[in-house]
Amino acid sequence: SKHPDPFHTLREVEILDAKIREKLCFLDKVEPHATIAEIKNLFTKTQGKSLKDEDVLQKLPVGTTATLYFRDLGAQISWVTVFLTEYAGPLFIYLLFYFRVPFIYGHKYDFTSSRHTVVHLACICHSFHYVKRLLETLFVHRFSHGTMPLRNIFKNCTYYWGFAAWMAYYINHPLYTPPTYGAQQVKLALAIFVICQLGNFSIHMALRDLRPAGSKTRKIPYPTKNPFTWLFLLVSCPNYTYEVGSWIGFAIMTQCLPVALFSLVGFTQMTIWAKGKHRSYLKEFRDYPPLRMPIIPFLL
Amino acid sequence: LDINERDGGKGKLESRKFQKENRTHLPRLSSRGSLSKELYKILFFFRWLVLAIAMVRFYMEKGTHRGLYKSVQKTLKFFQTFALLEVRIVPTSVLVTGVQVSSRIFMVWLITHSIKPIQNEESVVLFLVAWTVTEITRYSFYTFSLLDHLPYFIKWARYNFFIILYPVGVAGELLTIYAALPYVKKTGMFSIRLPNKYNVSFDYYYFLLITMASYIPLFPQLYFHMLRQRRKVLHGEVIVEKDD
Repeated sequence: SKHPDPFHTLREVEILDAKIREKLCFLDKVEPHATIAEIKNLFTKTQGKSLKDEDVLQKLPVGTTATLYFRDLGAQISWVTVFLTEYAGPLFIYLLFYFRVPFIYGHKYDFTSSRHTVVHLACICHSFHYVKRLLETLFVHRFSHGTMPLRNIFKNCTYYWGFAAWMAYYINHPLYTPPTYGAQQVKLALAIFVICQLGNFSIHMALRDLRPAGSKTRKIPYPTKNPFTWLFLLVSCPNYTYEVGSWIGFAIMTQCLPVALFSLVGFTQMTIWAKGKHRSYLKEFRDYPPLRMPIIPFLL
Repeated sequence: LDINERDGGKGKLESRKFQKENRTHLPRLSSRGSLSKELYKILFFFRWLVLAIAMVRFYMEKGTHRGLYKSVQKTLKFFQTFALLEVRIVPTSVLVTGVQVSSRIFMVWLITHSIKPIQNEESVVLFLVAWTVTEITRYSFYTFSLLDHLPYFIKWARYNFFIILYPVGVAGELLTIYAALPYVKKTGMFSIRLPNKYNVSFDYYYFLLITMASYIPLFPQLYFHMLRQRRKVLHGEVIVEKDD
């Protein structure tokens, strides 16, 4: 020890895994008056959070011997692949029901067409939505992580493909009942849908422009000249707000309970994501606009 | 220095200057909950005991199981619905408890309550008995653990009775659902057909078939989970994990 005073000798602290009794961490320059909380902090800094590619060795809070822990994340798959598969499924599946491919409805309905305008409109909207998502995945989005665990693709595809089939079955059913308030309802719903699709796209473009290609810098998103981005004044994740709005529009347009349920489930998931994003914005930026809520202005 | 335990989110740091276990004679309060959680456990123990006594008395007086369900149903429904609280109170994993509680609520409200003709089936007695014995054992285990005076028999019972009781209970539940099927098909209860203005359909009959099928993947998982717990507790470490 370098300190002459024996009562202030720096201590060495060894942390073991309680279950398997293996050494997890060795801290060699711990102040004797350090609290357990501070030791935990040192420990999690060296083991809990995963290191970034850009981290510099000498800036890490380790002793003269740095021990790095390798964690096998398991089979991975690229985000782009997952998104493309997730979105191509519903696009294709909906069309199977729309064209009334054999073995879905009774044989007398095979390849027949619905007599309701709203059914054709719904097909256009649903297909447009997923084509937009596919194109955005290929040309707009900039992903911070390259990959995700392989099991996610099974989980996600079951969700997207399953719900798409469930919704499409009823909307394209020969016994489909058009909306109660007729053309008025459909027009209003269509307006909501289109506005929200444009809004969602505007936000995606704005987020893309925040981060130059190849960089990993993080900035607070702000409204631009595009009026659709003014929602940034009120929420952290307006892309999710617009997405929920689109599906509400689609639900009103089709007056189909499974669509409403899909919107509800999607809303729940997006709220969780929005809250997480909002929290990380607050943690990272001291000057984050206080008026903003995660997903619903003033409410949520 | 005492054993210094602090539950801090992802991990605990324990300094073990002394190897022996820290044994106090005060009721151990869970670090996360308040005293009320412990009271609930004791309450649950007594309510299952009450239910068991009611069932035995009924059988002794009437000599038959017919009408048994009718007489215990109010108590059963009340306490089983109350069991929703268990998901947050009981130290087992949320998923395991959640599955168990939802299947119980499903049986009580969506099957036996709604489908009156099957209330006199023998299979109903089967699962009622299985549930009652399981719960009494489980809650006396929790209660005695709280008082830090757990007789080995209770622990033994909690980790061995289920070996027979789980399959018996599942058999009772499945047989009851199976008995209900013809009635459900005939009356079309809880079902909605096309066309309707919400453009949705639901067939309770097929839903029940799917539910019965779901026992196939779910039951073995619960069963093996309990078997693993049993091996750990009875043949492994003395310390029982708090978080499964």
